[in-house]
Amino acid sequence: MAFSAATANFNPLNTPSLRSHDNHLVTSVSPSPFFGSTAKLRLSSSPKFNVHRRSGSVVAVSEAVKEKKPKSTPNLLITKEEGLELYEDMVLGRAFEDMCAQMYYRGKMFGFVHLYNGQEAVSTGFIKLLKQQDSVVSTYRDHVHALSKGVPARAVMSELFGKTTGCCRGQGGSMHMFSREHNLLGGFAFIGEGIPVATGAAFTSKYKREVLKEVDCDHVTLAFFGDGTCNNGQFYECLNMAALWKLPIVFVVENNLWAIGMSHLRSTSDPQIYKKGPAFGMPGVHVDGMDVLKVREVAKEAISRARRGEGPTLVECETYRFRGHSLADPDELRDPAEKSRYTARDPITALKKYIIESNLASEAELKAIDKKIDEVVEDAVEFADESPVPPRSQLLENVFADPKGFGIGPDGRYRCEDPKFTQGTAHV
Amino acid sequence: MAAIFQGVGAAATLSSSPSNSFDSNNSFLSPPRSFSVGKGASFSVIRSGGILNLNSKGRRAQQLISNAVATKADSAAVSSSSKPGHELLLFEALQEGLEEEMDRDLRVCVMGEDVGHYGGSYKVTKGLAKKFGDLRVLDTPIAENSFTGMGIGAAMTGLRPVVEGMNMGFLLLAFNQISNNCGMLHYTSGGQFTIPIVIRGPGGVGRQLGAEHSQRLESYFQSIPGIQMVACSTPYNAKGLMKAAIRSENPVILFEHVLLYNLKERIPDEDYICNLEEAEMVRPGEHVTILTYSRMRYHVMQAAKTLVNKGYDPEVIDIRSLKPFDLYTIGNSVKKTHRVLIVEECMRTGGIGASLTAAITENFNDYLDAPIMCLSSQDVPTPYAGTLEEVTVVQPAQIVTAVEQLCR
Repeated sequence: MAFSAATANFNPLNTPSLRSHDNHLVTSVSPSPFFGSTAKLRLSSSPKFNVHRRSGSVVAVSEAVKEKKPKSTPNLLITKEEGLELYEDMVLGRAFEDMCAQMYYRGKMFGFVHLYNGQEAVSTGFIKLLKQQDSVVSTYRDHVHALSKGVPARAVMSELFGKTTGCCRGQGGSMHMFSREHNLLGGFAFIGEGIPVATGAAFTSKYKREVLKEVDCDHVTLAFFGDGTCNNGQFYECLNMAALWKLPIVFVVENNLWAIGMSHLRSTSDPQIYKKGPAFGMPGVHVDGMDVLKVREVAKEAISRARRGEGPTLVECETYRFRGHSLADPDELRDPAEKSRYTARDPITALKKYIIESNLASEAELKAIDKKIDEVVEDAVEFADESPVPPRSQLLENVFADPKGFGIGPDGRYRCEDPKFTQGTAHV
Repeated sequence: MAAIFQGVGAAATLSSSPSNSFDSNNSFLSPPRSFSVGKGASFSVIRSGGILNLNSKGRRAQQLISNAVATKADSAAVSSSSKPGHELLLFEALQEGLEEEMDRDLRVCVMGEDVGHYGGSYKVTKGLAKKFGDLRVLDTPIAENSFTGMGIGAAMTGLRPVVEGMNMGFLLLAFNQISNNCGMLHYTSGGQFTIPIVIRGPGGVGRQLGAEHSQRLESYFQSIPGIQMVACSTPYNAKGLMKAAIRSENPVILFEHVLLYNLKERIPDEDYICNLEEAEMVRPGEHVTILTYSRMRYHVMQAAKTLVNKGYDPEVIDIRSLKPFDLYTIGNSVKKTHRVLIVEECMRTGGIGASLTAAITENFNDYLDAPIMCLSSQDVPTPYAGTLEEVTVVQPAQIVTAVEQLCR
């Protein structure tokens, strides 16, 4: 059993509003069986904890999954390579975000920058299971999703600096990371806006298989979004459509309890988001999002479900962001006690501990990875610093895929043929 | 029916076009005047709205305008020697265009409410679900924002969806997706993803449909960067624009009008498209330029009948491309007549007419002999009562008065 140390802490929250949810949380639910397994998700916390819990049932997911796996002798969930890959990815995410904060305060990037510190387990746990052709759709908190999907740190950092070598040529910015090569479909500023796009990507996958007869097309799409989004219409509309047409998509809720300053419990009538899945006919699973191995186990099953054509899954990852909502957020509303409880469950520390205790790798090897990542991040900053800013001529280049869309000018020629256009000085 | 003659002055603009169908997917350096000239594309009768079939009493002897609608035929095409074409209604033309594109490219698919089994609330997709299957003609739940977004996601990943808004007004619910993702995503992704989507649906003021079903969304969408907007008005241009929109790599919003679906016309048998960025010369003239689109074209043509009887010679242009404007056709006309009247169905405030007025003033101010007049619908929610509804939109009598005023 992995991670018992890190995960048995099922710490109560001191939010007063929770009291009204007392009974509700205790008498939890046997949610609809996860993909046919008869294992019920059980409460794992000991009775001495009072009812102030985030959610009633948790975490026995690894048990549910394990029941399906034939037990081989070592009780390890990952191999050494996998462990090191996961570790490296999470450290990259963390180091990169920390560097972003530094660069922001030094005036190298501007605007709204949303950092992912603390949530690395979700990104790594899910995205490292994907193939290159699988798609990921994210929100404005997308740097680490981009990195996990394979977008080079250099490209992401340049994009943040607004340089032309950025993954979106400097035109997107922090909240709009896209990569065609790595099938990262964005980066969206409005919450909920990416979920239909993800649904569309999943639709294409199904269409390719059934209409275009590409029989081995089994591309899966992951849609990442937060707890605040789960009160938004687009979320529900897409749950419905995805379940209706059995689209190969996994809806991943990164429930970090806070939507800027709005606590999830203050804004949601039923805070247990995973329960909303069965209402639409798909399994809803809750998992400890601070534990990368647990996330990975759930992700494996959800993604293979989608690949097999069995339809979507709703996965709620209980996680936490160590920093404010964005670099402009003073983060005064959150209780320091709550923060420290979650900091104690830092996913990177937990994985490190697991790797060392299971003798998968030595401390030295992990330190080597730390060092390597520091170099990668330094190099990314250097590259971004040295990259050129977009020239004026870039202004009008990507407005239309077909620049005839700018129309016909008074002289009878298409406006895009006007040399001022290529210089970027024409007015549109 | 009609043998058609063009006014001498107007011949220049049309006959300069090569007679091949223009494929908008080719390089953008192809000549802008390449109209979609099909052989035998002579217009005959347009059953609703005005038809001119008269001997002009125009002031200049050269003008023998026996048909209000200018021909698309150039010197090579004359009715007798070419294929006769076939007659159909506007919604059938849309369907034909859609079906031909779906046959031609497997990636083209349709999504919308009741497009599949029901055949579309205005029958534009009738029979398509039977032919192409439920996945290619997808009946969606009532969730405009989400299925439009789904269409956008599908477009980004390789398909070419046609999203139908059952009524254009419903697309207000999809504004988030249309503005942010449809229009801007190509740019914010640095050109990595294209959105070759077509969003279409019927809009405009119908027969007592009530305020919410009578909306003109072109004015709301026109500021969105990155999209193109076209409005069809005849079966010929409906089919042509539908096909061009589907083939275009840009996101295109195709505005249809609820009252025009039953217009009948004879269109060519062969493949043709209508250029998305060009305007259509409806009736060449000398005295005043009347710019219009969609249903108002027919009110204008009806007014034109009266005007011609009174001795005026209006030049009528159906602008067709609402965004961007075809400043060449419009400019040439302004330079000729020096007077402009815009007739539109949009609201007065912030409508297409307002933008067009600004564009003409900016570019052709020196050529104007009089201030531009713009006739639009009143800034009033369309009332249900027939008498009131009639008064909110522009009627032919107002157009006649406006021209008389302009030409004083």
